[in-house]
Formats: sequence, structure tokens, C-alpha cells
Amino acid sequence: MRTAVRNYFFFLWRCARIAFVGDWRYYLWMGALTVLCLLGLNAYAKQFVHGLMVTGMSDEVSWGVYIANFTFLVGVAAAAVMLVIPVYIYGIKELHDLVIFGELLAVAAILMCLGFVTVDLGRPDRFWHLIPGVGQFNFPASMLSWDVIVLNGYLLLNVHICGYLLYCRYQNKKPAKWFYIPFVFIAIVWAVSIHTVTAFLYVGLGGRPFWNSSIVGPRFLASAFTAGPAIIILALQVIRHVTDYRIPDRALLLLRNIVQVSMLINVFLLVNEVFKEFYSGNLHVASSKYLFVGLHGYHALVPWIWTAIGFNLVAMVLLVLPLSRSLGYLNLACVLSIVGIWIEKGMGLVIPGFIPTPLGEIIEYAPSLNETLISFGIWAFGLLCYTIFLRMSVPILQGTLSKANEGQPMPPAGGAAGARVPSG
Amino acid sequence: MAGETNPPSSLPEPPPGAGLNRRSFLRNSAVLASGLAALAASLAPLRDLKDSTSMEQFLQKYYKELTPAEMEKVLERIAREVEREYGIRPHLRDVKPLDGVQFVYALNLTRCIGCRKCVHACVAENNLSRNPEIQYIRVLRLPHGSLDVEKAEHNYAPDQVPEKGYFYMPVQCQQCENPPCVKVCPVHATWQEADGITVIDYDWCIGCRYCTAACPYWARHFNFTKPSIPKDRLNPEMAYLSNRPRRQGVMEKCHFCLQRTRAGRYPACLEVCPTGARKFGNVLDPDSEVAQILKRKRVFIQLKEDLGTSPRFFYYFDV
Repeated sequence: MRTAVRNYFFFLWRCARIAFVGDWRYYLWMGALTVLCLLGLNAYAKQFVHGLMVTGMSDEVSWGVYIANFTFLVGVAAAAVMLVIPVYIYGIKELHDLVIFGELLAVAAILMCLGFVTVDLGRPDRFWHLIPGVGQFNFPASMLSWDVIVLNGYLLLNVHICGYLLYCRYQNKKPAKWFYIPFVFIAIVWAVSIHTVTAFLYVGLGGRPFWNSSIVGPRFLASAFTAGPAIIILALQVIRHVTDYRIPDRALLLLRNIVQVSMLINVFLLVNEVFKEFYSGNLHVASSKYLFVGLHGYHALVPWIWTAIGFNLVAMVLLVLPLSRSLGYLNLACVLSIVGIWIEKGMGLVIPGFIPTPLGEIIEYAPSLNETLISFGIWAFGLLCYTIFLRMSVPILQGTLSKANEGQPMPPAGGAAGARVPSG
Repeated sequence: MAGETNPPSSLPEPPPGAGLNRRSFLRNSAVLASGLAALAASLAPLRDLKDSTSMEQFLQKYYKELTPAEMEKVLERIAREVEREYGIRPHLRDVKPLDGVQFVYALNLTRCIGCRKCVHACVAENNLSRNPEIQYIRVLRLPHGSLDVEKAEHNYAPDQVPEKGYFYMPVQCQQCENPPCVKVCPVHATWQEADGITVIDYDWCIGCRYCTAACPYWARHFNFTKPSIPKDRLNPEMAYLSNRPRRQGVMEKCHFCLQRTRAGRYPACLEVCPTGARKFGNVLDPDSEVAQILKRKRVFIQLKEDLGTSPRFFYYFDV
């Protein structure tokens, strides 16, 4: 038992060590992210002292880019299942290891989500009021309490699955099926739940007609299953490029199918929503008007949403055409989908819900510089985490970081400066 | 001379690689030190933190879990804090709801002239922040014939009120029977009391602003920074759940002046109203003015009745 604990801690220590080893590109990338993190931390320290006053938010628009990014990233996290399903349900074994990259992305995305909700709190010092059993947890009435449970649960599930599989690989042991397969299937359902609950956060508000619509949930899932796998497609290519870990094109094309279908559904649901809002033309159309065409001379979001719709439509056409079987076009389609959905599911969803206010006032919102720096800081933190996770897991999957070579020096980064090691 | 250039013979040659280790140790230390310096620099704004949270404040229990003795200590602590900041010893109490009382507000839209006296009386009574400005009551100017708030003008400023062709509708917390704000709060920091008033524990709110998003009446107001009240304007008659000074990062809203109404007085907004448009009382008492209005008036409305929030705030007309 004691040696097992000792071995495990030694494993963690080696993983931590390797995060600090790499070629110059690795240091440059990590250095840049660290600088962004520190700038964000500095901006957050200002916000901590002076309050949310330093953001662009107000009583009229009381949520902004923090919650917008949070919403988008929950979708990214949920999309990890889009790699899990083909492997575990349809049994495409050769993609088995790639699931880990997807789940690690989910872990990084959830960490960013937690960061974004924390910086949005007016009293972060009272976070403990949210801890079930310690504080006062309004479960099941508040959808936010559901969100606390599903997000943290999803984080634990993914950390467990990835951590266990990687540790087994490190020890060159076969993972015990009962110890992770049930969790994999729970995580599939759970992934759907995190984005559904996040949608319900908005849908449940009867006083906000823009959100109080049953299509918000399905749209959340469709957009998540577009943007998430699109990010994974790009991430896998980056991994393939900077390490010598081999990722077959087949994996990317499988994900392309998922992005393709999800994007079609996403655009279809958008059409449904726009039709319902504008054709019936009742008083509740004000928020949609504000978003799509502007309201009483206020139209800050109009260029954004049409950019998003344009991007989504171009991406959809690219994805449907056989053209996107070539990686260049596929990547273009992925970037367009990600940006389009980030606008649409972020600012395009959160801000119009507040405009006009329940008393009919129109106050626009734009993030402040401080708020933007904090947001970039959290994104940088998430990317930093994801890079570290990959830096640890790629050599483990390749067998260059394993229990067998404990005494030996660190395996080099798989990049150009590092020695090439055949992938395992 | 030779002795100066030769190394002392007692020192052995360093083993190969030790210099490298020392060098990498030095390099690592330099990296670590500059990293820590960068971290410290990025946290520098925290030095401006004036209103830092004491251990007592940090660990304070939830309102409903405080024993009477603990409540005494909390009230004493808050009174001390108020005195330190404003130089006035407040009369701070925890006022409980009265038995057999359900408060209801009724507002006569025929009489309201839109003078906004209620808005300012509320600010003074309830120690609302003057900068940034927080007001619990928003008076809407609506064109004749429409209750559509999207046609409302919030910033009307004529030389004289009332203006021809308009009517005025003051909106404040509607003290809903089914309050969406209470339902969504993740930490029970806001709840409905036995007399129907929805209150907030300012020492428990985490500032997530989900209640603002949920409220259909735009009644909830957030302290985006530390509220400021001129020292000579502080109202020292205060209650824990109502008008004691708030801190940065928490929610607040109208509470029917519970520090007054639970002691048998009228809300400040009612007392100041020059036209008698505002009526307030215990709806469970059949002789009360509000009970009579709800019984006799032919038309009275609840704002956004279709949402099912069932406000305890009624608007009526002289018909």
C-alpha cells in the first residue's frame, strides 16, 4: 500500500517535472500564456478591490463576457463525448487514445468555466456558501446549484477517466474495465446534462422572453457539438504537428462528419427561432430585434450576429461539400464554426436577454478593457492547462514516460528540437 | 606573484557536470525569482484593498441559523463598523415579521403625477448609495392608453408634472407571492418572510446576480462598487434585513421599509406622496385600506400578471 502511494506520487512528480521541459517553441508558447495569465490576474486584482464597477456590466445588463464565455466553454467541455461515443459505443478501437485528448480538453474547458463564474461573483470570498453541506445550497430549486453539481461532477469524472488510463499506461498495466468503463458511460450522459442544465439556467427565467424558449436547450447542444469537435479537430492537428504522435486522418474525418451534421442541425434550429420570433411579431420580439436588426437606434450586436451567421453558413456549405475532406478547407470550416458559435452562443445569447430591460429601457453593453484582460487571462490559463496535460500525456501514451524508465532523464519534447521517438 | 594566479591547492577540481548543475540551479532560481516577482507585481493592486473582510465577517453564519445570542453579537459588530465609518452610533435591530400580517401595496395610477418624491424619500430612508446612484423605485412615464413598458420613458424631465397625454407608473419590488428571485438564488441568500416581504441577507449574498436576471420587474440592484452615503445623511434607524449600509458586491432591493412597517409605520415612499396615490397595509385585516381597495375597486392590475409571479403590489384606477 505504501509503495503504491509512493509510486503514485512519484508519477505525479515526474508529470509535474516534464511540464517544465521542452524545446524553445514550447517555452515561447508557455511564456506567452503565462504573461497573459499574469495580466489577467493583475486585472482581476483590480476588480477584486474596486468591485465589478471596473467591468462594462450594469444593473441593466448584469451579465457580460464572463458568463458568455462560460456558456460557450460548457459546450466545448460537453463536446468531449463526441470522441467518446464513436470509440466506446461503435467500437472504433484505433481512436481509443484520442479520447484522452478530448477528455483532457473537457477538463481544461471546465477549469476555464469555473474561472469565468468565479470572476463574475461580486463576493468571491463567500464562495463557501455554495458548498453543499457547509453553506446553504439551494438544491434543487436553483438551476445554478444544479450547474455547480454537474460541472464539478463532470470535472471529477473526466479527471478520473484520464488520470486512471494514463497511470495504467505509465505502469504498462491493462486498465481494469470495471474501474473506468462505467464512468465513461456516465460521462456521456453527464456531458449532455452539463449543457442542458446550463441552457435551463436561462430557459427557466419567465421574465426574459428571449431566453424563456424551449429551443434554447436543443440549440445549445447542436452548437456545442459543432464548436467542440471543431476545436478537437484543430487541437489534434496541433498535437500531430508539434509532437511525433501519430493521429490518423481518419480520426479527423470522423469528427468532420460530426461537425457537419451538428452544424446543419444548428442552422436549422436558428431558422426555427428566427421565424417564430419575427413572423408572429408579438411584443416579445424586442430582444431579437435588438440582436438581428437593432432596436430604436441601438444596434451594437447587429454586426456581430451577422458575422456569426455568415461564418456559420459558409462553414456549413464547406462542411457539406466534399471539399472539406481536404484538411485546409476543413480547418477553415472549423475556425469559422468556432468563431461563429462563440459569438452566437456567447454575447449573442447573453446580452440580448437583458435588452431591453424588463421595464423597457435600452442600455447597451460593451466589455471594459479590464474585463477583456481578465477574459484573456482565463483563456490563457485554460490553454496553459491543456498544453501541460498534453505535455504529460503524449509521452505516456508513447511509452517514453513510463515506470520502466524511472531512473532515466526526462524524455525530450516531441518537437523539432527534441529527438524523435517512435510512437507507441 | 605565481601564488596569485594559481588556485588554492586545497580546493579539488569540481567533478565534471557539477558546474552545469550549479549553473542550472542558478538559472532555475533566477527563473523562479523573476516568476515570483512577476506574480507579486500582478497582485499589486490588492494593496488598495481598504474594505477587507475580517475573519468575523468571513465566517459569519447564515441569518436563519444565528441564535439570538449570536445575532446580538453580529448586530453589535455591524453597529461598530457603521460607527467607525460614519461616525454615528446606529440603532440597529433585527425586526421580525408580525403575526397575522400580510403586507400589500396598492398604487392609484389615476392620482400619481410622476413627481418622483417617493424615489428620493426611499433613497434617504433606506441609506441607498448616492454614488453610484441606486434607487429602488423607477417611475415610468407612459403614453395614454398603454401599459406596454417598452413605450415607457424613464428619463423624463419636464419643468412641471404631470404632463398632458401621459400617465405615470412607479415600479419597485412587487413582493411576489411566487418570487422568481428566491427560486434562483443558489445560496438561499434571499427569501420570503411570513409577512410576504422578500428580503436579502447582505452578509450571505455571493453576488452572482442570477436574481437580477430572474426578476421581471427590474427590482433588484447590485452594488457594483462600495456604496457611498454622505455621513450626515445616514439614517441611523436601521434593521439587519433592510436599510443598514450594504457592502460592495451584494444585491439589494425594496423591502417595504420593514424597519418602519413592522413597527406600525408607513413606508417612506407612501408618507411623502403628495397626492395620496400610495396605499399600504395588512391585507388580512378586512378593515384596512388595502383590503377595502382590493374589495371595492372595479379594476386593479398586477404588473405582468401572465408570468404567474402574483405580486403583492397592485395598481388601480379611480373608476
